[in-house]
Amino acid sequence: MANVATPVTTTPKYDEDLLIEEYGYDDHFHEHHEGDKYQANFITTYIFSQDHKIIAKQFLITGMFWAIVGALMSLVFRLQLGFPEESLAWLKPVLGKWIVVNDAGVGTLAPEFYYALVTMHGTILVFFVLTAGLSGTFSNLLIPLQIGARDMASPFLNMLSYWFFFLASVVMFFSLFLNTGPFAGGWTAYPPLSALPQASSGSGAGMTLWVVSLVFFVVSVLLGGINYITTVLNLRTKGMSMWRMPLTIWSFFITAIIGLLSFPVLVSAFFLVVFDRELNTSFFLNEIFINNQALDYAGGSPVLYQHLFWFFGHPEVYIIILPAMGMVSEVLSVHSRKPIFGYKAMVFSILAIAFLSFIVWAHHMFMSGVNPFISNFFVVFTLIIAVPSAVKVFNWIATLYGGNIRFNAASLFGIGFVSMFISGGLTGIFLGNSAIDIQLHDTYFVVAHFHIVMGVAAFFGMFAGIYNWFPKMYGRFMNDTLGKIHFWGTLVGAYAVFWPMHYLGMAGVPRRYYSFDNFETFSHFAGLNQFITIAAIVTFGFQILFVINFFYSIWYGKKMTTRNPWGASTLEWTTPIKTGHGNWPGKVPTVQRWAYDYGKDGKEYIPQIVPAQEGETNVH
Amino acid sequence: MTALLAVLSLILIAIIVVQLGKVSELARKIRGEEEMQLMVNRRNGALSLLFLIVFLAATIASGLYYKNWFLGFGPHASASQHGGALDNMFAVTLFFTGIVFVLTHIALFYFAWRYQGRRGGKAEFLSHNNRLEVVWTLIPAVVMTFLVIKGLDAWNEVMADVSPEEEYIEIEATGMQFAWLLRYPGPDGKLGARDYKKISASNPLGQDWTDTKNHDDIHPTEIVLPVGKKVRVRITSRDVLHNFYLPHFRVKMDAVPGMPTYFVFTPSKTTEEYRQELKNYDEYNVPIDPDDPESLLKWEAFDYELACAELCGKGHFSMKRLVKIVPEAEYQDWLSKQQSYYESTIKGTDDDPFKSETDAISEAAPEEVEDLQEEAAE
Ligand code: HEM
Ligand SMILES: [Cu+2]
Ligand SMILES: [Cu+2]
Repeated sequence: MANVATPVTTTPKYDEDLLIEEYGYDDHFHEHHEGDKYQANFITTYIFSQDHKIIAKQFLITGMFWAIVGALMSLVFRLQLGFPEESLAWLKPVLGKWIVVNDAGVGTLAPEFYYALVTMHGTILVFFVLTAGLSGTFSNLLIPLQIGARDMASPFLNMLSYWFFFLASVVMFFSLFLNTGPFAGGWTAYPPLSALPQASSGSGAGMTLWVVSLVFFVVSVLLGGINYITTVLNLRTKGMSMWRMPLTIWSFFITAIIGLLSFPVLVSAFFLVVFDRELNTSFFLNEIFINNQALDYAGGSPVLYQHLFWFFGHPEVYIIILPAMGMVSEVLSVHSRKPIFGYKAMVFSILAIAFLSFIVWAHHMFMSGVNPFISNFFVVFTLIIAVPSAVKVFNWIATLYGGNIRFNAASLFGIGFVSMFISGGLTGIFLGNSAIDIQLHDTYFVVAHFHIVMGVAAFFGMFAGIYNWFPKMYGRFMNDTLGKIHFWGTLVGAYAVFWPMHYLGMAGVPRRYYSFDNFETFSHFAGLNQFITIAAIVTFGFQILFVINFFYSIWYGKKMTTRNPWGASTLEWTTPIKTGHGNWPGKVPTVQRWAYDYGKDGKEYIPQIVPAQEGETNVH
Repeated sequence: MTALLAVLSLILIAIIVVQLGKVSELARKIRGEEEMQLMVNRRNGALSLLFLIVFLAATIASGLYYKNWFLGFGPHASASQHGGALDNMFAVTLFFTGIVFVLTHIALFYFAWRYQGRRGGKAEFLSHNNRLEVVWTLIPAVVMTFLVIKGLDAWNEVMADVSPEEEYIEIEATGMQFAWLLRYPGPDGKLGARDYKKISASNPLGQDWTDTKNHDDIHPTEIVLPVGKKVRVRITSRDVLHNFYLPHFRVKMDAVPGMPTYFVFTPSKTTEEYRQELKNYDEYNVPIDPDDPESLLKWEAFDYELACAELCGKGHFSMKRLVKIVPEAEYQDWLSKQQSYYESTIKGTDDDPFKSETDAISEAAPEEVEDLQEEAAE
């Protein structure tokens, strides 16, 4: 006990080595650890690594690569929408025949490639960036570290999980260079458009590669998910009861369960599409006449595909946002030096959201021709989701209340996340009401909704996580001044891009339109569309700032000198600054309390490994 | 050359960024970690407050600026009878969500500023408050219940199909890559049978010409409808998914190959009435062609439009038809001038199953025509 420093307001507050020596337990790991057979050489250390921390970095870097590609694609199609008259001939060297140059030398984006870009943008961001790049990175990094495990339950499956993602990436990337172009039927890939090669040039080889890529991707998600669940259930250290887990772990755990239950349904939908394509089955096709030919398909239903897709698709949006929510909860609590407000309410609302996310899928299908009576149920469940979502928002705000907030890039992105989640969640309440959705469905209002609530918010959660745990990943800090500039620029920029889209949507402007000139109704917004495009370019510039900061800091960032720079109570900060394979060189810490004893009994924080003090009340 | 310049400027930017970062770290060293953090807190606390004010002001100001585009406000009030219910739901939802939006944002950014880390500052240990949780669970629950009930009430009314004893006009819209094909039932009030295998260049809808109900069916190029009459649109597709979308009428429904869908609505304003309403708004009093001041003003040139709202391929953005809502008399007049597709294109050609009898029919007395046609149909 004497070794433990008593409350002070400056770091270092506790000597974690001594704490672990005193309270940790011996799992005989270090005996095997000598001459680590898993990390014998460069290849096993950095490429086919089985260390969850390296795998996390692999997910992150691959995700960043895709984020840049996906964002650049969006800039190209935004140029088309914002400046339809301007020549895009200068893009010809990069995009080749996607840019059609007329006799006057004016280059325009060909419509089929506009749709290819939109489709790729959506696919890449939803799957590769916000699923793999977000949950893949942080589940891997934080689950073992925060529950006190040496690694994942199966490091080998974990490695496979990354490499299946890599394989998916390679296939998708390759599809960009197909002669007929990549898939162009939207990220939701509704048949018959996706099932019939005659229907669109992207529905030929492009669609084949798209499906192959995503099937690999699902394998990756499932391998990861099984591992995360098993690890959380079985490898928690002594004393780490479920109710002592940080909210990050809760959210990764529930996310993995949702993924395990929903991704297989996506794969089955994909298989049936492939059967329809290759084997002439009629799961989703019926009475089609296309390209001057009546096809033989009979009895299938395109609506069936939508049920399968959205049975996956809605849970998927929570697969994206829950990890961000977990990290934001953690970051807000740590940096406001207060326990997360209403920990149990937060856990229960995650559970409620997870459950409800499986029974609301048809809110994407109010206008699909399903029986309008059925929609009644989906409206009810959909709007019920707003309740646990609101509870989470109130708890985040209450966490700030009475705090002693340390402003830095991480906490700012946490605050920004809450703002985005509010703004985007509220528009969900419009869309969830089927009556209003009649008008708003498939308009820019939906685009505004999901970019704010899912796209931007999840990115904010990811940024909060990166700035906060970068020191744990690389032993150095990212530059926080640049981080704060990145934050304010992105906050303002993202709102400038997506907020005006609400107005477009209310005016009835449909999404996925290559040009608005054909319709008087949709042609009133040339100025607004220009504004959005410029805002998007500027906002992208701020992301370059982040990328530079990230890579510069890996090698030249300020070095970590203490192992717990934020004064956080969770276990990952009890590992050495250079965290080796196995995480703790000696004993594994034992957990004595929950993760949120900040500001308790006059102490700024109490690490989870510190046992209840004499006379201490309310030990969770 | 331009590529080189671009690369150079990128490198320049990178260098500037890195230097900026270095300077800030130097400042941190000079002023001391703790002092620096306090300064950062002050600055970013103030920025939070500033952002709160600017953001709320911008959302409200832009909302007011674009208020004419909100559902049910300004010139874009719905032009169908059911549309008002939807616009009203929108307004009610906007009211509640607007309050929540403003209050939560004030709390969020005000707290961020108010509780910024200060010298010697201490956070309070507030871990939970069950009563508060109950309160802020119940309040949204009550609001949601209200919205659900009101919303579903509107929904079930809007989506109700016609009942057989009602009087209504049935028309048909068929999506194909990339156009809408329209069909009216003609004087018999009935749409004839179709079979997609019969589709050909001369028979775009695959109408079965042995079904005489098809013989009076019209293929107009625009939708013309009388004001105040219930319309049931039968919506189908030939190839991929499309969506029958009439923005002004708050009508939207997928066109699904092999599964006809429908939408029932009643136009409540003629095109002319709608134009007169638009006339009151400045943005509609400008020439349609900005370069030609003599051209029609926007309100004069206005027409309702039919669009596609489900991605259907590369021409998705171009599937337009005009929609004209006219007084009943004008509608009847228009209708009487339409020639049936069978009459204009099929009759007497090789596609016509009655070809051999055509002469007989044309020579026969009118009352015999029906008998002959029935015979032919069998
Ligand atoms: C208050 C809670 C929410 C409600 C009531 C809600 C409701 C809806 C509804 C009804 C739609 C369909 C709109 C349409 O296509 O007509 C929709 C679309 C969407 N929502 Fe939400 N939503 C909520 C929160 C979220 C969250 C938290 C996310 C993600 C993190 C999300 C992501 C999406 C996405 C990605 C789409 C569009 C998918 C597409 O069509 O491409 N929503 N939402
Ligand atoms: Cu959904
Ligand atoms: Cu379309």
